[in-house]
Formats: sequence, C-alpha cells, structure tokens
Amino acid sequence: MFTSVDDVSARLAGTGYLASPAVATTVFLADRLGKPLLVEGPAGVGKTELAKAVAEVAGARLVRLQCYEGVDEARALYEWNHAKQLLRISAGRDESWDETRTDIFSEEFLLTRPLLTAIRGDDPKVLLIDETDKADVEVEGLLLEVLSDFQVTVPELGTITATRRPFVVLTSNASRELSEALRRRCLFLHIGFPDEELERRIVRLKVPAIDEALAASVVRVIGALRAMDLRKVPSVAETIDWARTLLALGADTLDENVVRDSLGVILKHQEDVLKAAAKLDLDAV
Amino acid sequence: MTAATEVAARLTGFVAALRSHGVRIGTGETVDAARAVAELGFADRELLREGLAATLLHTTDQRKVFDAVFDLYFPRGVGTPDAGPADRDALRDRLARALAADDGAMLGRLAIEAVDGFGGYGSSPGSDGWSSYQTLDRLRPQTLLARVRDSVRAQGRGAGFDDRLLEDEIRRRIEAFRGLVAAEARRRVAERRGRDEIARRAVAPTADRVDFLYAGKAQLAELRRTVQPLARKLATRLAARRRRAARGTIDLRRTLRGSLSTGGVPVRPVLRRRRPARPELVLLCDVSGSVSGFSDFTMLLVQALHDQFSKVRVFAFVNRIDEVTGLLVHGRADPEGLGARISAEATLTGWHGSSDYGVALGEFAERYGDAVGPRTTVFVLGDARTNMSDPNLAAVRQITERARRVHWLNPEPRAQWGTGDSAAPAYAELVEMHECRTARQLSALVGGLLPV
Repeated sequence: MFTSVDDVSARLAGTGYLASPAVATTVFLADRLGKPLLVEGPAGVGKTELAKAVAEVAGARLVRLQCYEGVDEARALYEWNHAKQLLRISAGRDESWDETRTDIFSEEFLLTRPLLTAIRGDDPKVLLIDETDKADVEVEGLLLEVLSDFQVTVPELGTITATRRPFVVLTSNASRELSEALRRRCLFLHIGFPDEELERRIVRLKVPAIDEALAASVVRVIGALRAMDLRKVPSVAETIDWARTLLALGADTLDENVVRDSLGVILKHQEDVLKAAAKLDLDAV
Repeated sequence: MTAATEVAARLTGFVAALRSHGVRIGTGETVDAARAVAELGFADRELLREGLAATLLHTTDQRKVFDAVFDLYFPRGVGTPDAGPADRDALRDRLARALAADDGAMLGRLAIEAVDGFGGYGSSPGSDGWSSYQTLDRLRPQTLLARVRDSVRAQGRGAGFDDRLLEDEIRRRIEAFRGLVAAEARRRVAERRGRDEIARRAVAPTADRVDFLYAGKAQLAELRRTVQPLARKLATRLAARRRRAARGTIDLRRTLRGSLSTGGVPVRPVLRRRRPARPELVLLCDVSGSVSGFSDFTMLLVQALHDQFSKVRVFAFVNRIDEVTGLLVHGRADPEGLGARISAEATLTGWHGSSDYGVALGEFAERYGDAVGPRTTVFVLGDARTNMSDPNLAAVRQITERARRVHWLNPEPRAQWGTGDSAAPAYAELVEMHECRTARQLSALVGGLLPV
C-alpha cells in the first residue's frame, strides 16, 4: 500500500491528517507486516481519524465496529435473519424437510456484521474497532480468532477465511486493561499530544482563516496548560475548538480578557479553570 | 561476524535488557521487530525507535524504560566527538542560543559536547567514567534562564499575552536538556563498562514498579498520575465481579409456584436474587514521614474508587488518630497538597512527632469504634514500626472482632518485618498482612481484597 514512511506521511497529509513520525512509521509497519494496529491515547488526539484517513488513502471501505458494554457476537460478527427464515419456511410448505433446512441456513439469510463484513469480499477494506476497551472480555476472545488468522467460523457454513486481509485499527482509551493475548497480536501505537510545530500545522490546516501568530499563541497556551497538573488536560480537538472560538469572537491576539472568557472551551472542570487562571495570572474568573 | 548476525545479536541483547526491566516480550515480537528493522533500515534513528516501540511494546507506561534502553543499544553516536578543548563560557553561549531558538537537534549535539568536555572524571582505567551530575554542575544550565528569557524578548518574539508562559517554557527546555545530558553520560559509561550491565542497573523502573519508600518527588508525581487509570481499571473489574455475583441460585419455592399456571411444569426457573451488598470501607493510614508517599498514594486510589462503596471513611494517624474523610472529598483533592493539608488540619500528633501504633489504634477503637461494623472492610496502611512502644494488640483484636475483614498493607519488604522496632509479626498474627511496595503490587492487592 505504501512505499516508504515518507510516503505514508505525504499521503495521509493529502487527506488532511498530519501524522507525527511515530504514527507514520507504525502505519507503514502495520501495512508491511500485515498486523492489526492497536492505538491508545487520550481522547481527542485523532485515533479514529487515523483509521478514516488510512481508508481514504487506500481507497478502501471503512468498516466500523463501535464497541460498548454488552456488544456481543450477534452485533460484531453475524446474525441469522430470523424473520426472513420464517417467511421462507411458510412460503414453502409443500417442500420436504431436508430441502427447507438446507435452504434457510445459506448466505441469503446471513446478516453480516462488521467483523465478518471486513473479512469477506475482495475489495480493500479498513476495519476500525473503536473503543475496544468498552467491550466485555468475551468479545476480546472473539477478536483473537479474527485478528490472528483473519477467519471466522459460522457453524452452519464452515470457516470463512479472508482472501484479502483488511487493514485493522483498534482504538482504546485504556479505561480497561486489554488482555495480553490481544495486545500481542497487534502493533502498539500510543498517540500522545503532538509537539508544538505539528500542532501549529494542524490548527492552520483545520482552521485556515486563523493567522499564523494567533495559531502560535494558541498552541503555546495549550502547551502550558498541558504542563499543569489538571484533571482533564486539553487535547487537539480542544485546541481546534478554541481556535475556532477565537475566530468567532473576532480576537486577533490573545489577551487576558479573551483567554479568561473562553477558558471554558478548553477546560472541562471548574477546578481546572480556577487552577489555570491562577497559574496564568488571570484576574479572578 | 556478518552484518546480519550482528543486527540479530544487537536486537536480542536489546530485548533481553527490556525483559530484565519487566517488559514482557515474546519471541514472536522479537521476530516482528527484526522484520521492522529490515523494512526501516538503520538510516533514520527515530524511525527505528518508533518501529521497535511499535513491535515490542504493549502499553504506554513501558515507553520510558524503552527509550532509555534504546539510547544505550542504538546510540546517537559512537566514541567521542572530535572537538577541541571545551570552553565553558562558549558552550554556555551556544546553549543559551539553542534554548532560545528551541533547537532540539542543536541541544542534542551540545549535550554530547558537554559530557565530553566536563563529564569525565578519573584518569586511571577502571576508576574513570562519565558523570552527568558533574557535567550539569559545571555547566549550570538552570542559571541561563534569565539570559535566555531576555534574548527571546529582545528578538521581539513572545510579546503580549504569551510572554507570561515564556519562563515556564524555558524551564521545560532546560529540563529536557538535562535529560539529554544524562542519556549521553549513560551511553558513555555503557560503552566503557558493557552495555548489558548498565542497561540493567542505570535505567529507572517504570512508575508502577517504583518502591514507595524510596520514591523521589518526581516519581511520586508520576505515581499519582497512574492513580486515575488504575482506579478506573479496578472499578470496571469490581463492576464485572458484582454483575456476575448478582446471579444467584434457583429459588425452588417461587419456581414451583410459577409452574402452577403451566400445569406443574416448571417452564421458567426463578433465580434467587442476591441482596446487593453495600460494602463499607475504613482506612487507617500511617502518615508519618517515613511512609507518607505510600499512604498518600493509597488514599488517592481509594478516593478515586469512592463511587464503588456506600461509605468510605479515612483516618490518618501518627501517634494520635483523626478522621480526614472530609479532606479527601472528590474535587477538593489536590494531590500535591494532600499530605500537607492533612497534617495542617487534623490532630495527628500528641507530645512527640514519631508514630505510635499502639496509642493510635487504641484511640481509634475507643473513639471511632462505631465506624466499624459487620459490613466494614478495614485496611490498615503502615510499616508497623512503633518506635519500641506497646503495639496494643488488644485494640487490633477489638477491631478485627467487629469488622468483616481486616487487611494490613505494609510497604516494607517481607524480609524486614520484625527487624528493629517493627511489630509486624505480632500484628500479622491477628490480621492478614500483605507486602505492598509498588503500585503494581498495590493494584493487584486492592483488586483482590476489595469486597464485591
């Protein structure tokens, strides 16, 4: 899919995703080694966006499995279309039992869910398993089979093996410890906060109307906030929100009043706001 | 040795060093790493670093150890740079310029030159080496702050609002430079003494393996940052356990009664519902100087688990005991000031400042005895060093009789229990005592011991 790490960076940038060297290297390796990519990191640094960008670059279909507590095999893998099966049975009352039975467990009545969808077919696909840590432990066991051999067993149909492996991205916010077995099957990538220069470029790309100096100031203040010991430090998504807010407020430069009034956009806890205001020498909020 | 075997040897040595630091790496990962090396080549060191990290690591907190070991096994340069005799003032000038421009590559080069010029000590082979402490002591990068600040201001950058951020930014850059110097000195020493030994000894352990009793200030701060994810992890584990435990056995009477409507055929088994347990937690924390890092940390963890329990009460003691639950209210807790606030606002010491378990536990049994009931699990946190005073076993017995369970977490290694003024063996006969020296041990213990 890619010829070199630089190629990854350039082509991801073409879709509007600016990748750090770490991200580009890992994506390149995941493609070359044919292994799933486990992406961890704080919320709002672009884990899901990465999968979307890769899909766009590869001209692949994005198949997404959003995990949540209680997601099960039927939601992740496949289901039988019971209603249609019943219709089929009642439509063919004259048939012998054997004919009926073999019929209703055929592909026609199979509802493929994300994992099976990603394995079947010859078109290129990117499988995004989002917020893997939210799913129950049993689902992880299911993923093990899919991710190591890229195959799924449907009792009535037999084992379905991928003819073309999808590019797999798993994301996690580390709210639950994923099993060692699952981690072993994946390349591991931690996306942290970007460095100043990269973040400036991201802001300029996402908010084109902002001028260079203001973007630089925004990134510097965000950097200072991240160095404080806050309950929830601002992430890239908040940086962009803030840049947009500043534009909307018509601010050309940062000053005390503007920062004080818009601190709520970047900080989500009142105690954080108070702490930041004190450290930045803002007057009482 | 051919190039290929040399790469393989370097890689396996690297993996072995990581393993000795508790990073679990299987053979499969090593093979993947070798494939990554083949794909990426050695031309770009940072790409190589990221590639190896992606294939060998599994969690974020392993990264710090990884970076330090990587610097040893895949050094930026080999040997000494060929530079003339070092001139301290000239180097400081260049350092100031690099700091002002935030030029990372230049800072890296300067770190190498600095260690080369000022870090060497000793002259006879065997007793010589390289010291980052000595380098930094001679170079004093921290005194450059004002100069760098002024030069940035003189260039007209950082005017306006950002100006107030400048000093902190420069401080962070200087801190980063100190890290570079330390890495370079380690590399030099490693070259001299053999890489494997240095990798084993000179690389700091991951935060969850730091010994509570010997953790420095920076390490404690890092430990505190691990509290939130740790608490969440434990909370999900508890929730899962609770969900499983909620399913009870079959209620025969109600199943039979339900079967009347289906002609005596028990179609729907009725499960007996467990009455939801409402576990209560009482924490008794020794907060005297010797173990304060440990109890601070544990209190934070329990506070973060607050919503899992119907009632949590925390008591702190040195030689008198006082309730500090109010100081730990969520949102108010500022981890840095916690210890100071507790000692400022609670009465913990009588006429002397050293810990006295006997008096404190006796006072607890007497004054707060009603805090402990049949649903209460009690955790005692401390090293059980009573300064030769009476351990007051009667008070402990009294607490164990009233509580559902009592656990004692001791941050000292098991081998030291009972040495000197430690009353640990005596207490351990009455309550379960567990060794708990690192965050990793603590999370395993807390996860296993907490009532569902």
